[in-house]
Amino acid sequence: MNFSGIPRWVYWLAVVAGLFVLLPLAAMVAKVNWAQFIPLVTSDSSLTALGLSLRTSAASTALCLVLGIPLALVLARRPFRGQRLLRAFVLLPLVLPPVVGGIALLYTFGRQGLLGKSLELAGIQIAFSTTAVVLAQTFVALPFLVVSLEGALRTAGNRYEAVAATLGARPTTVLRRVTVPMVLPGLASGTVLSFARCLGEFGATLTFAGSLQGVTRTLPLEIYLQRETDADAAVALSLVLVAVAVAVVGLSYRRPHRAEIPAEAAA
Amino acid sequence: MSFHIDATVRARNLDVSLSLGQAETVAILGPNGAGKSTLLSVAAGLVRPDAGTARLGGRVLFDLDGGSRVWTPPHLRGTALLAQEPLLFPHLSVLDNVAFGPRSAGASRAESRETARHWLAEVGAIEFAARKPGQLSGGQAQRVAVARALAASPELLLLDEPMSALDIHAAPHLRRLLKRVLSGRRALVITHDVLDALMLADRVIVMDKGRIVEEGVTREVFRRPRSQFAAGLAGVNLMVGTVTEDGLRTPATAGLPDLHVAGHLDDEAEPGGPGVAAFPPSAVSIFLDAAHGSPRNSFHVTVTELEPHGDHIRVRAGDLAADITPNASAELGLEPGSRVYFVVKATAVQVYAG
Repeated sequence: MNFSGIPRWVYWLAVVAGLFVLLPLAAMVAKVNWAQFIPLVTSDSSLTALGLSLRTSAASTALCLVLGIPLALVLARRPFRGQRLLRAFVLLPLVLPPVVGGIALLYTFGRQGLLGKSLELAGIQIAFSTTAVVLAQTFVALPFLVVSLEGALRTAGNRYEAVAATLGARPTTVLRRVTVPMVLPGLASGTVLSFARCLGEFGATLTFAGSLQGVTRTLPLEIYLQRETDADAAVALSLVLVAVAVAVVGLSYRRPHRAEIPAEAAA
Repeated sequence: MSFHIDATVRARNLDVSLSLGQAETVAILGPNGAGKSTLLSVAAGLVRPDAGTARLGGRVLFDLDGGSRVWTPPHLRGTALLAQEPLLFPHLSVLDNVAFGPRSAGASRAESRETARHWLAEVGAIEFAARKPGQLSGGQAQRVAVARALAASPELLLLDEPMSALDIHAAPHLRRLLKRVLSGRRALVITHDVLDALMLADRVIVMDKGRIVEEGVTREVFRRPRSQFAAGLAGVNLMVGTVTEDGLRTPATAGLPDLHVAGHLDDEAEPGGPGVAAFPPSAVSIFLDAAHGSPRNSFHVTVTELEPHGDHIRVRAGDLAADITPNASAELGLEPGSRVYFVVKATAVQVYAG
């Protein structure tokens, strides 16, 4: 056995930590009413909620990419005054209770909100619509993408980009052909994390978008609602959500195309 | 059609002015931290100087002195950079790495790959075309990097110690390759190796503390070095001072008092003018007592280091060095800190204008 340098008691605590995560999942699976499982998860309201969840999460993840990639690039590549402050604010949704995020969004895009009033005049209503769900999910998930991508960009460094520029590549070409491909693993795991976070979003969605079936009631909201009336349905839907989450995370950790590090020092 | 750069980077204490002819390769030598890499980065457009101007052919690379400040971004400069490490894009095949320059310049995929094949053949790496950079050895990867730089058809090639990360077997191969491809091209090569400078460069400049301290035709610089660094590379002892009728007077330095060094005056050495005295370490003998009998120079010094040098022992005393046999070293009982006399015959000392 190779020397690990870890004291024995650390292993015991690690086992406890593992159980702490696995045991509740097992307890939930044990509670599933298998006889009724299929009818429960294929009921109209369940399918509608699942469909809405998948659609809004996909849209939010796309929005996270569109906004998050430029933000991560600016944070990683260009030092400027107030950069640390900006990073702190971008990360805020990570530690903020989602309900608080929802309230903040309500006072921005709501009917009486900062931007909402002008939007209302233009005939656009955001609060309590599917758009609100997407905004709420993007708000809480954006930091996951930015953090993973910024880390990957910093690790990759900008030496390859400098070489690409001296070879005659315009900045946009460098971004497309060098920067993005080189941080693809980081970008992929950031995307997956964001998607998973969107899928599980509850507090901000409920506060900012409400719980209207087919419009804003995503799967987590549906589960919470069912728990009051039909515990079996709630457990079955929870299992569906766990399955989707496991599939998403599993896909991201397979990483078949790891970037090869050139053997620079080797002969 | 020439290259001229004149740049000041205050944060890195760089202040240089340099010109290159149409097909001239210049080697940049100097100790670590002398500003060599910064100079290349400024030329490539990766570091923005505080002041200065640069022109490459008809193109203004930057002009920060005039009223209207001009700054050409790196991709429009025509200056390809080759670093110590090949820095091949790990996600592209060898062929697409080399095709990157022409493709970025607007060539079609087919055309750029055709150009890439030509340059890969030129550097003897065509058989690696389909591989990923991770599957190449260091020497192979650096050859591909040379091909990639050349495929971008740069007007000025910037090489930052291209051989220093290679092992002793791969370096000679790449050196021969560079000699072939650099002839007839304009290039700046940073190197720590006399051999690189002699083989690749028409001219050398020696930099120290952000300034050019010596400049000249390669062979001439090594034959008659005027800076301590070039003398070290050329393997000669160098003392700097004022030329006299029969030698050189040096000011007091860290290890030595002011001295008169007797030597053979070069034709161009003018008594009263600045000059240097040079002598090889092999011409120095070491004694424990003051030696007498003219015309000899005797320097009372403290040994700082002993190191093997071929089948001799190189004894260092500050900037001066002496080569003696291991036997002689043992008999003298030399060790760092020993006080000894470095003795050199006046006929072995060349004094020339510095």
